[in-house]
Amino acid sequence: MIGADTIIQGVLLGGLYALFAAGLSLVFGIMRLVNLAHGDLIVLAAYLLLVVTTALGLGPFVALLVAAPAMFVIGWTLQRVVLNRVLGPDILPPLLVTFGLSVVLQNALLEGFTNDSRRLRAGPLETASVDLGVAMVGVMPLMTFASAVAVILALQWLFYRTELGRAFRATSDDPVTASLMGVKPASIFATATGIAMLVVTIAALFLGTRANFDPTIGPARLIYAFQAVIIGGLGSLWGTLAGGVIIGVAQTVGAAINPEWQILAGHIAFLAVLLIRPRGLFPRAVD
Amino acid sequence: MAQLETRGLTARYGDFQALFGIDLTLDEGETIAIIGANGAGKTTLLRSIAGVLRQDPGMVRFDGQDIGHLPADEIMARGIAMVPEGRKLFPSLSVEENLLIGAYGRKVGGAWTPDAIYDLFPILKERRNNPGTALSGGQQQMVAIGRALMSNPRVLLCDEISLGLAPVVIRDIYAALPRIRESGASVVVVEQDIGTALKVAGRVYCIMEGRVTLEGTPDTVSRDDIHRAYFGAAA
Ligand SMILES: Nc1ncnc2c1ncn2[C@@H]1O[C@H](COP(=O)(O)OP(=O)(O)OP(=O)(O)O)[C@@H](O)[C@H]1O
Ligand SMILES: [Mg+2]
Repeated sequence: MIGADTIIQGVLLGGLYALFAAGLSLVFGIMRLVNLAHGDLIVLAAYLLLVVTTALGLGPFVALLVAAPAMFVIGWTLQRVVLNRVLGPDILPPLLVTFGLSVVLQNALLEGFTNDSRRLRAGPLETASVDLGVAMVGVMPLMTFASAVAVILALQWLFYRTELGRAFRATSDDPVTASLMGVKPASIFATATGIAMLVVTIAALFLGTRANFDPTIGPARLIYAFQAVIIGGLGSLWGTLAGGVIIGVAQTVGAAINPEWQILAGHIAFLAVLLIRPRGLFPRAVD
Repeated sequence: MAQLETRGLTARYGDFQALFGIDLTLDEGETIAIIGANGAGKTTLLRSIAGVLRQDPGMVRFDGQDIGHLPADEIMARGIAMVPEGRKLFPSLSVEENLLIGAYGRKVGGAWTPDAIYDLFPILKERRNNPGTALSGGQQQMVAIGRALMSNPRVLLCDEISLGLAPVVIRDIYAALPRIRESGASVVVVEQDIGTALKVAGRVYCIMEGRVTLEGTPDTVSRDDIHRAYFGAAA
């Protein structure tokens, strides 16, 4: 039976996918870099949160305050030391390098943590729910969705209301002319990837508290993220949220009809949107 | 001592050599013009000074320091701003944002603020919230000049600011030059239009095929000299 309840669950799940996707969208929007290791970086952040919660005995939300800055540094360094070197007119080198990074991350996590399933524990919040009138919804999914909206609002504000955001957009338009304004494209790119990793850590928090994870689940998260970004229209942050919601709703509706159809329904929705709007729902005017 | 100087400046694109030892000087407060035919190397010269193309350290000197090897952002921070050929406004930024980003790497205070730019080019104030690229060619050139001024530069490099513009618009744009000079900036204008160049500059350099073929003040160089320096003796 597909009721309001199913749709609401799907919308909230879409929040998680939007969180997966926001970092990818940000990095693509600024430097036209498709990071194939994005899903594995989410998993890495989940393990980092796990280590911080167990080692320091903190709850996952407090652990975020430790893990997020660490992920920022990892992202900044990755961009500065590795990815900046392969960015250029040819899009193949960054694809190869980030694919390689994906493999390396998965194997390193397998070495370090085995392939046992892990979980971040959020205590009583995990089972708490509220009555929205039309349906009972879990507090965690609600927080996930609220976080996705908050992240996108924050990124919008950063992009369109701050000096750093202006430098992001200018560098995305034309890095050489931006350097004439005193912008250092290499450090702008590093900062952007650092910020994407902050979002990745938030995504990891909700990924790890919602379900089990192990070192191999990154690539599937990458695919959902990709689909959300592409449905939404490349470079549009609100589009990314809309894209996440469409995938999420399709998956829960598909699962309600037949549990085996969950993933398939998401892919079909993706293809259907692209058939109608090949450039996504909210493509950026300038490319 | 000259404020800005190039010494034996050479530049190449791969195997192709575009500049063969350019020597020029710019004194504080001076305006010089660089003229030359298409492909002479004028843009290459300005890009080498601005750090978009990086050369040997001693090939460009500013305030007596070698800057030829520095990247564009560091040169801009020292006070050399460029209005690039073709304007190169940022399409994702509004007019006002295009102005604001001009001060990104250098915030020293001075005469030039967004309001001072709107005072210089009043039409921009009306269009401040439009995308930079939604303006006419002349208005876009005003934004490009304003953007460079926003860093309160000590040297302003202008690459063919009259390109593709109607004569009245060119007059409007060059009418801003005296106020730019009053703010203390020295100016290098690259011009195809010899008449304009001779009118605004205290000295002119003519470049042909990567070499300086003529240097002098507007009242000492004759039309014939310029013609020869522009097109070579055979022309
Ligand atoms: N990116 C590049 N790669 C290879 N050669 C170049 C490049 N840019 C310029 N050149 C060559 O260098 C020479 C000088 O070019 P430059 O753009 O400096 O000339 P210019 O005097 O500014 O000409 P114009 O008046 O047409 O703007 C030309 O022969 C040009 O073909
Ligand atoms: Mg030129």
